[in-house]
Amino acid sequence: MSLIEDIFAMRLINYVPSRPGAIFLAALPFILLFVAYSIASDIRLTANPQDKLLPAPSTIVETAERLFTVPDKRSKEILLWNDTFASLGRLFGGVAISATLSLILGIAIGLLPYARSLFSSFIAVMSMVPPLALLPILFIVFGLGEVSKIVLIVIGITPFMTRDLAQRVMEIPNEQIVKAQTLGASSWVVAQRVALPQVLPRLISNVRLSLGSAWLFLIAAEAVASNVGLGYRIFLVRRYLAMDVILTYVIWITLLAFIIDWALKALSRRAFPWMEAGL
Amino acid sequence: MSFVGVTNVWQRYGDRSILERVNVSVDEGEFVSIVGASGCGKSTFLRMLLAEESPYKGDISIEGGDTAVEPNRERGVVFQKYSVFPHLSVRENLIAAEAFQNPLGTLRGSARKNAETRADAMLERIGLNHVLHQFPASLSGGMQQRLAIGQAMTAKPRILLLDEPFGALDPGTRLQMHDFLLELREETNMTVFMVTHDLDEAFKLGDRVLVFDKPRWDPQDPGLFGATITYDFDARDKGIPYQDILAAYPSLASA
Ligand SMILES: Nc1ncnc2c1ncn2[C@@H]1O[C@H](COP(=O)(O)OP(=O)(O)OP(=O)(O)O)[C@@H](O)[C@H]1O
Ligand SMILES: [Mg+2]
Repeated sequence: MSLIEDIFAMRLINYVPSRPGAIFLAALPFILLFVAYSIASDIRLTANPQDKLLPAPSTIVETAERLFTVPDKRSKEILLWNDTFASLGRLFGGVAISATLSLILGIAIGLLPYARSLFSSFIAVMSMVPPLALLPILFIVFGLGEVSKIVLIVIGITPFMTRDLAQRVMEIPNEQIVKAQTLGASSWVVAQRVALPQVLPRLISNVRLSLGSAWLFLIAAEAVASNVGLGYRIFLVRRYLAMDVILTYVIWITLLAFIIDWALKALSRRAFPWMEAGL
Repeated sequence: MSFVGVTNVWQRYGDRSILERVNVSVDEGEFVSIVGASGCGKSTFLRMLLAEESPYKGDISIEGGDTAVEPNRERGVVFQKYSVFPHLSVRENLIAAEAFQNPLGTLRGSARKNAETRADAMLERIGLNHVLHQFPASLSGGMQQRLAIGQAMTAKPRILLLDEPFGALDPGTRLQMHDFLLELREETNMTVFMVTHDLDEAFKLGDRVLVFDKPRWDPQDPGLFGATITYDFDARDKGIPYQDILAAYPSLASA
């Protein structure tokens, strides 16, 4: 590396882009991806105007407009919105249940030695079970409805979140726990007024980290058995090679995921000012 | 009857003896400094006074009571760090000292109002009224320790335990904290145990200075014997040390 660095006046680690430079650099990969796609699409379409594999960006925009605004002929409803609400409902349901469960379990494991003995190896083993392998069982046990999809998300992300929250509770300096006791705090007060507020920011960052897997489990479950949902639609239109629809849905899911992530980050920053007091 | 009585206390971890035959009795209002080599068991002794851990054998009583099994409001504590709650503002940290004893850990209505008034008085007292809404992480080390002491005092403990409370502070701040602690003591006549590595500090603040050391030493097995109180200095006479032999070993008086 030093050979390369000799060319520069400073070490590479000390070069920091200016603000406009940083914005340009951030945009660059997106621009490159778009340009590469456009060129590839153009080449294929000139060779064969009927090609469906890489629809032109303009076609995707037209399709997107139609999907977002034009109702389905039979049901008179806009399918994309139906799919979106169904999927988000399942996603939020599953994530909310997981967050609540992992918070309760995590604090119990982190604070109570008895709960730790009881649960920690069980959860460590559970987190190794590949959730998608359980999907058939879930469909058999809970049927093809909403329950099995939500349960899949819960099984998929709860063990990881629980382990991490328990770890974080155990990292709270023992001094604080002892201090609370010298102020007369019961176990319940220690849990609720010392541990809970300090792990809530961690819960939010766990939810942010887990949302990726939650989407994965959701789309997998919808693809296998459903009649509405973003994942269901993508796998349905795959049969007709409707790449324009699939790409619209993929971009839409990405956008939704991005907005949720951004909102959680903003929430965390507003709700926990003490986290940043030291910075 | 002494206020705090430590009778033949031993502590060991596994097969390592840490403390052995520790005996001391302390009167109400005494300020006891504790010094000794690193790792000799000073913090261990304090943790037992705090009832965070139980002695291997022996008794520790406050006003003749039983050896406590867990920390409670009788024993206040300030550690070198992490003694305040980072997620609570300065003022909420003080209010917590009154609220945490309730079933839900909160205060409402007039009880809350009264606690706020008392918290504000304490903030005035510890010189933090200008930062009441800030979070501990934004305070200097000295301010955090003042808050920790104020918080411990708000709970009105019978004894106050300080484990190297000023160990992480710069010398100037440390001197300010000495004045602060001396004033606070004057006002409250609190019984205090303070562990420190600074002998000047020990003699300046303490009425007594206890020295922990190993009286017996096995070169083959350093963990065989524990430390105990080897000196018990009277430090009231402006810090001029002299060993109060008769107080420490009353049996000598009859000999
Ligand atoms: N929970 C524990 N389990 C095992 N050993 C321990 C435990 N707590 C302390 N020790 C050991 O006991 C000895 C005394 O520790 P202690 O913290 O009381 O020393 P100290 O006098 O406070 O030292 P320092 O001046 O460095 O704070 C040390 O050797 C320490 O490693
Ligand atoms: Mg110590």
